[in-house]
Amino acid sequence: MMAGNSNARSWSERIIEVLLAAAVSVSILTTIGIVVSLVGETTGFFREVSLVEFFTAKEWTPLFTPAHYGIAPLVAGTFLVTVIAIAVAAPLGIASAIYLSEYASVKVRRVIKPILEILVGIPTVVYGYFALTFITPIIRHILPDTDVFNALSAGIVMGIMLIPMISSLSEDAMTAVPRSLREAAYALSATKLEVALKVVIPAAISGIVASFILAFSRAIGETMIVTLAAGGTPNLTINPLESIQTMTAFIVQIILGEAPFGSIEYQSVFAVAFVLFLLTLSLNIIGHWIVRRYREVY
Amino acid sequence: MNRQVDSATLSGGKLMNRQEEMFTPRLKSRQLRNAIFKWIFFGANVVGLLALVLLLGDVVRDSWGWLDWDFITSFPSRFPEKAGIKAALFGTIWLMVITALVAIPVGVATAVFLEEYARKNRFYAAIQTNISNLAGVPSIVYGILGLTIFVRWMMLGRSILAGGLTMALLILPIIIVAAQESLRSIPNSWRHASLALGATRWQTIRYVVLPASLPGILTGVILALSRAIGETAPLIPVGALTFIMTVPKDFMDPFTVLPIQIYNWTSRPQDEFRCIAAAGIIVLLIVLLSMNATAIFLRNKYQKKVVE
Amino acid sequence: MNNIILSIKNLTVKYGTTVALKNISMEIAQNRITALIGPSGCGKSTLLRSLNRMNDLIEGASVSGQVLYRGEDIYAPSVDPVAVRLQIGMVFQKPNPFPKSIFENVAFGPKINGYRGDLGSLVKQSLQGAGLWEEVKDRLHDNAYALSGGQQQRLCIARALALQPEVLLLDEPCSALDPIATLRIEELIQELKEQLTIVIVTHNMQQASRIADYTAFFLSGELVEYGETEKVFTAPVDKRTEDYITGRFG
Repeated sequence: MMAGNSNARSWSERIIEVLLAAAVSVSILTTIGIVVSLVGETTGFFREVSLVEFFTAKEWTPLFTPAHYGIAPLVAGTFLVTVIAIAVAAPLGIASAIYLSEYASVKVRRVIKPILEILVGIPTVVYGYFALTFITPIIRHILPDTDVFNALSAGIVMGIMLIPMISSLSEDAMTAVPRSLREAAYALSATKLEVALKVVIPAAISGIVASFILAFSRAIGETMIVTLAAGGTPNLTINPLESIQTMTAFIVQIILGEAPFGSIEYQSVFAVAFVLFLLTLSLNIIGHWIVRRYREVY
Repeated sequence: MNRQVDSATLSGGKLMNRQEEMFTPRLKSRQLRNAIFKWIFFGANVVGLLALVLLLGDVVRDSWGWLDWDFITSFPSRFPEKAGIKAALFGTIWLMVITALVAIPVGVATAVFLEEYARKNRFYAAIQTNISNLAGVPSIVYGILGLTIFVRWMMLGRSILAGGLTMALLILPIIIVAAQESLRSIPNSWRHASLALGATRWQTIRYVVLPASLPGILTGVILALSRAIGETAPLIPVGALTFIMTVPKDFMDPFTVLPIQIYNWTSRPQDEFRCIAAAGIIVLLIVLLSMNATAIFLRNKYQKKVVE
Repeated sequence: MNNIILSIKNLTVKYGTTVALKNISMEIAQNRITALIGPSGCGKSTLLRSLNRMNDLIEGASVSGQVLYRGEDIYAPSVDPVAVRLQIGMVFQKPNPFPKSIFENVAFGPKINGYRGDLGSLVKQSLQGAGLWEEVKDRLHDNAYALSGGQQQRLCIARALALQPEVLLLDEPCSALDPIATLRIEELIQELKEQLTIVIVTHNMQQASRIADYTAFFLSGELVEYGETEKVFTAPVDKRTEDYITGRFG
């Protein structure tokens, strides 16, 4: 009786363990699925287009004849928006993190942090709406030659979206700086500002850099703001007032255009998505690696 | 005890003997700089708040007069005055139900396996890295995954089921990480106590560990679902951008959701469509807000229960 | 007793609603070593940290009473705590060098406080003062973390000396060190009293009896006994002091 009971028990224990392990396999399969689905069509694409053309040609015109498949304009457009976004988010994010970690009292933190969390929770399509209907008109009022769709507006709004991310990751890095280092500096008659700039930031610098890298990766993969506000013209330019197209916006454009399955345009979406995937993956790996390293130091 | 060393030096800014000769501390100007920077750093936080106020103000202004009961109960239309958000609202509800039904059990089970069963070896580290990398994959790439795997290979077509499964994969890493953190916060002594009373591993998890970690898991789940409700990009490749005149009745029905509808309206050049897009945004934000409020409510309720 | 450099009057320190120090009054002699002893949680470290306003940095800490430095209350509203810390330096329980080079560690204070002389010779002189120069003179630009624990603590003393303070506060400076490193620091402290006033917190009674001119015994936030070290250790007036130094508790 006892033996039978515990036997049944151990069987059900086994089954549960197998079920749980099966759940783990879902996340592994997801990764495999992403790679397989990207690689399949990308291979088809590179049967038609040479790697050399893809990486060196200066034009991206898959919908025109003759079609050109140089990814440079899409990468340039992506980086233009991203650089603007980081230029907005990095100084504001660090400044916000310094305030929260060095200056703010517990009470003030309790007010500011939830507000920043609300900013994180706002859907990107809403940010896109904000860029197009609010920021763009302001830019065009000041600089009338600006295109309706432009990199600047999308970049600024994306920057606002990234402030909380940089702020919270940098704040984590600053909080990880031991209190004893701050005390050492205060005891040497440093002001709060000197403690922040000369002790805390240098000690937290790897974490701060990691926050930039992760934000950068996030910005590269962002889709809705750039699709709505930055335009649909592949454009090898560094002028932020012109209409451009990012990699993500190109993917949306072709998919909405209902490119026939198996056509070269359809496949080009996968090639671009593959580049996007590799780019964000390597940035994320670098970012997480840096974060792990500074966690080990303290 | 006799003589008191005197000569005031602190507030006058005068220094003592040795120091006076060699140092120029300029405390006044350094403290002034500190005060100025304090306000600059504070101001950086105000920028976020200001952006939020402007954004909400912009949306409320644009939607003024457009958001009414008809808007909620009407289907989309070529005429902005008649257009409504019914199909998108129902689509969002359907999508969330599918996403939650898939992502919650799979996510929590993954976390339980990793924290309660798996040895902390290289396999564990590899899975952990994989999950954190998945969390960083751009959402549009999940859309491509959904298009290839669910829409084409599994031949689900552009259905709400394909959309829900895609979204479930997208939020899976968020749920796993939140659940893992919650499980880790349960002290090992609780597990040992239960095992010592003769409970099996699963009974310990089922009756001790999971109930105690529920508030944390629940908060993570709701945050993940809020993310899913607002996501647009992954649903575009899966095909959720159609002019839908019905409410979904079946998992295989075509669908649209709130953010897709908002995107569609925003991208049209006519001002009126922008206005209904703004009205749609308000509906979306209200849904998000009520979900977050629920999360806070549930968390507080269960936290009290655990303490009792 | 000699000249009085610090005089503490009715000092009470609270953290939130917890009273850490109750109505302390005592005087600290110039160019002497004063030891603060007592069991952990007795308030000795709190007292030390209130002598250069380090308690200001703890949220919820409140101070009442006075601490007169050369006759001037360091808690007066017109006094900048940064000015106080310029003249009253501090070394902490665990060595806490900055993750910078040895040179940069010592030069930190002088740089931010506008040192007008030759920084190189100041660094040398401070390291010599801390008895560390010979060991590090060939690797001044190495990271301070490469030093041993005892060396790091002497670096922290050198860093504090570089500002040429009048008073040096030491918060259990040897508690993280081995006996040999401890001995070196004790010797160093005795040399230093030629130039400055030292207040040292220690839970090691032998240490207090070896180096201190005056000793104060604290218990539960109160000053139980204060006087010349020899007297406190050989003929304590209070029964509780006697119990403590004979090892009956703590």
